Amino acid sequence: MADERKAPHAEPVDEYEREPVPEHALLGFSSFVGQYAGEHTAGTELMIGPLFIASGVSAPAVVGGLLIGNLLAVLSWMFLTAPIAVRARMTVYYQLEKICGRTLVTGYNLANGVMFCFLAGAMVTVNATALGLWFGVDMPGLNDLYPNGLGWVLTVLVMGALMTVVAAYGYKVVARIANIAAPWMVLVFIAYGIVAARQLGIDSVESFWPKAKELIWTGGEPLAGRAKFTFWHVMFFAWFCNMATHIGMADLSLFRYARKSWYAVGSAAGMYLGHFIAWLSASILYAHQLHATPGNTDVLPGPLAYNSAGVAGVLCVIVAGWTTANPTIYRAGLAFQAMAPRSSRYRVTLLTGALATIAGLFPAIAMKLLDFVALYGLALMPMGAVIFVDFWLARRFGFRPNYADRSGAAFNWAAAVAWVATLVVCLAVVNAGGMQIYFVGLPGWFLAAALYIVVSRIVQGKETRS
Amino acid sequence: MRRAAQLLSLAALAGTIVPPVLFFAGRMEIEPMKWSMLVAAVAWFAATPIWMDRK
Repeated sequence: MADERKAPHAEPVDEYEREPVPEHALLGFSSFVGQYAGEHTAGTELMIGPLFIASGVSAPAVVGGLLIGNLLAVLSWMFLTAPIAVRARMTVYYQLEKICGRTLVTGYNLANGVMFCFLAGAMVTVNATALGLWFGVDMPGLNDLYPNGLGWVLTVLVMGALMTVVAAYGYKVVARIANIAAPWMVLVFIAYGIVAARQLGIDSVESFWPKAKELIWTGGEPLAGRAKFTFWHVMFFAWFCNMATHIGMADLSLFRYARKSWYAVGSAAGMYLGHFIAWLSASILYAHQLHATPGNTDVLPGPLAYNSAGVAGVLCVIVAGWTTANPTIYRAGLAFQAMAPRSSRYRVTLLTGALATIAGLFPAIAMKLLDFVALYGLALMPMGAVIFVDFWLARRFGFRPNYADRSGAAFNWAAAVAWVATLVVCLAVVNAGGMQIYFVGLPGWFLAAALYIVVSRIVQGKETRS
Repeated sequence: MRRAAQLLSLAALAGTIVPPVLFFAGRMEIEPMKWSMLVAAVAWFAATPIWMDRK
């Protein structure tokens, strides 16, 4: 899943935030492999796999779409994000501040923080399904938007409070648990798929593919309230579910520590372990539930994992959710704190966790996770186009890069227009034009790039003439 | 101690994935498989912190 990160295996200290990362602090290739493998084997993967089945995807569409979409995501990190990161070696926030100015970056931080809160809320929801399993809580269904009972509310509040307090005071402990748990979690995710496949009656490797088409990804009608998914939906979703971090450039903050830009190929570990194997395994878990209890369409990671892997499976859900919610809540807090630098980091993190917990009460975010993840990427993507154009193309198109830094402006209108107008056009196309949200990211990136070029030439041309 | 912990971690990883494979092959029942996975999880989290990420 998409989330904000920093140096691999580092605690989130504020280091080199306003200067390029020095030579002695650079990290090797294996750090990035481990980072991506751990971060993208999250509790929310257990929501995404089932939601593919709920959308009536076929076996060739899901496997082909994930193979190609994940490849495109890796190539985006390799050829768009990392080359800028290893040349500039700055955080995305500082690089944007130089281009956009302090005021506009504050808006970016706010958007970032809000999105992180909702994402962390989905992780709280996932973990609450594991906790609720133990206490026999009545849990929300696939199409529930609001909390469905006092038991659910209390479960989410307890889980959210625990996660929040730990994010504020025990970040380092959970970060260490995340590193320790990663290899075990990957194997448990694989085990989910193996066990659920056998529970479905698949008893040999040879029979997997024909039975997968017949029993798991049947390509039939989607469940009520879901859009039908094809190869293209899956491919674009896999490519763009981390849109904010690759073409949106948030991972500049991560790859500024890489010695070479090709280290970004390490992202393949996260894509193919987390966004291929884990999603497919979670799909198989859900297919088993649909066959074992027809009519039970609930997507509840706790019970799904328990049915196939017992207590160890539920433990994996909790660890996977907690270890990814931890940095997400912390990052959201940092984004908010950047707007009020004198506020206590602990207090901000506690408030952020409270917001995430409130978001977690509403199952709509987790149950509509595919749409939310697409929206999250879309909201931050235009700033990635701005950074790309400013870094590589500004002089070629006749305007100065790092405009705010050079002019002292606090607000770069060109970047603001590129960001807001792109979002408005994309959302209008989705809401009024009927195009699904998974498909607007790519044209939206080019629209943002073009708008930034045109408005930059106008703004900077006026200043030159005056 | 460190070497022993590493061996236990390796055994725990095997204990996590081998029982599901045996279940898939029809050579193990589901309940013993779930118990094996739980024991392996406890072993992993007991042994691995002793050697991983320790400078």
